[in-house]
Amino acid sequence: MTGGKVAVIGEKQVVTAFKAIGFDTFYASTSQATTDIVRRLVKDNAYAVIFITEDVAKGMDETLAILKSRSYPIVVPLPALESNGYGMECIKKDVERAIGIDILFNKNE
Amino acid sequence: MSRLNVNPTRMELRRLKTRLKTAVRGHKLLKDKSDEMIRQFISFAKQNKTLREEIEGELRDALKFFMLAGAVMGEENIEQIFSMPSMSISISTGIKNIMGVDVPNLEILSTDGSLPYAITSVPSDMDTAILKLNSLAEKLLRLAEIEKTCNMLAREIEKNRRRVNALEFVMIPQLNETIKYIMMKLDENERSTIIRLMKVKSLLDKQEKA
Repeated sequence: MTGGKVAVIGEKQVVTAFKAIGFDTFYASTSQATTDIVRRLVKDNAYAVIFITEDVAKGMDETLAILKSRSYPIVVPLPALESNGYGMECIKKDVERAIGIDILFNKNE
Repeated sequence: MSRLNVNPTRMELRRLKTRLKTAVRGHKLLKDKSDEMIRQFISFAKQNKTLREEIEGELRDALKFFMLAGAVMGEENIEQIFSMPSMSISISTGIKNIMGVDVPNLEILSTDGSLPYAITSVPSDMDTAILKLNSLAEKLLRLAEIEKTCNMLAREIEKNRRRVNALEFVMIPQLNETIKYIMMKLDENERSTIIRLMKVKSLLDKQEKA
């Protein structure tokens, strides 16, 4: 099946840190470049989890949507130095999709 | 509402009645499934949210230390240090079944290794950053697992809802309508037969008297 490696894609400064704890890292600063890398990694089938920093993940909704329907690899937007809320946005979308209205977030807004 | 295009016969009626029974039962089952999936989904979504919030905070913290150390050391040095990572992480991937949805199940097999550099050669901020990140690794993978579960459950719930609606608002009314139509038709036939028989009988009676 899928291999058990973990990848992190994002800006160089952020991603280097993950190299230190044994994740494989790839540098990309645009959504386009990231999409290419993700495609390659998915094809390789060696990675179980792919983290993408929120900044670059934001522009690649389409690719992420395709990957959401399969169990592996797991692609997760990762908050970097400051979060732009993309990850939370994804959770919110899921909730809306499943229940129809957002019941998790509107309480504290 | 439209009825199905079938012949109004007794056989067809029987067939449709069984279909209706199956449809009603299927509808009930799917509805129960939907309820349970939503219950599970909500609990996962809540976990997902709190976990993400925690990670956002902790990761920011760890990366701050990392940046700080990086600023002291210079970019090339950092790259050099981490060009040969000595820590490695390996996870085993499995599949868990939640309400008929195959969701991923991750398990960390090992995170071993030591700091990839001589402890005296880098600022202590770097140690802090890496230790923090290392302890975060498990949480990150857990987040990945839960987030994926949420994704897939949401999708399945949506699909399931379509099925329930199709049964409730299309299949079942259609079947009901058709059954009613066939029954009317059969009754009508029966009545017309009776009338015909009565007519024939009265004709015969008249002939006998004459």
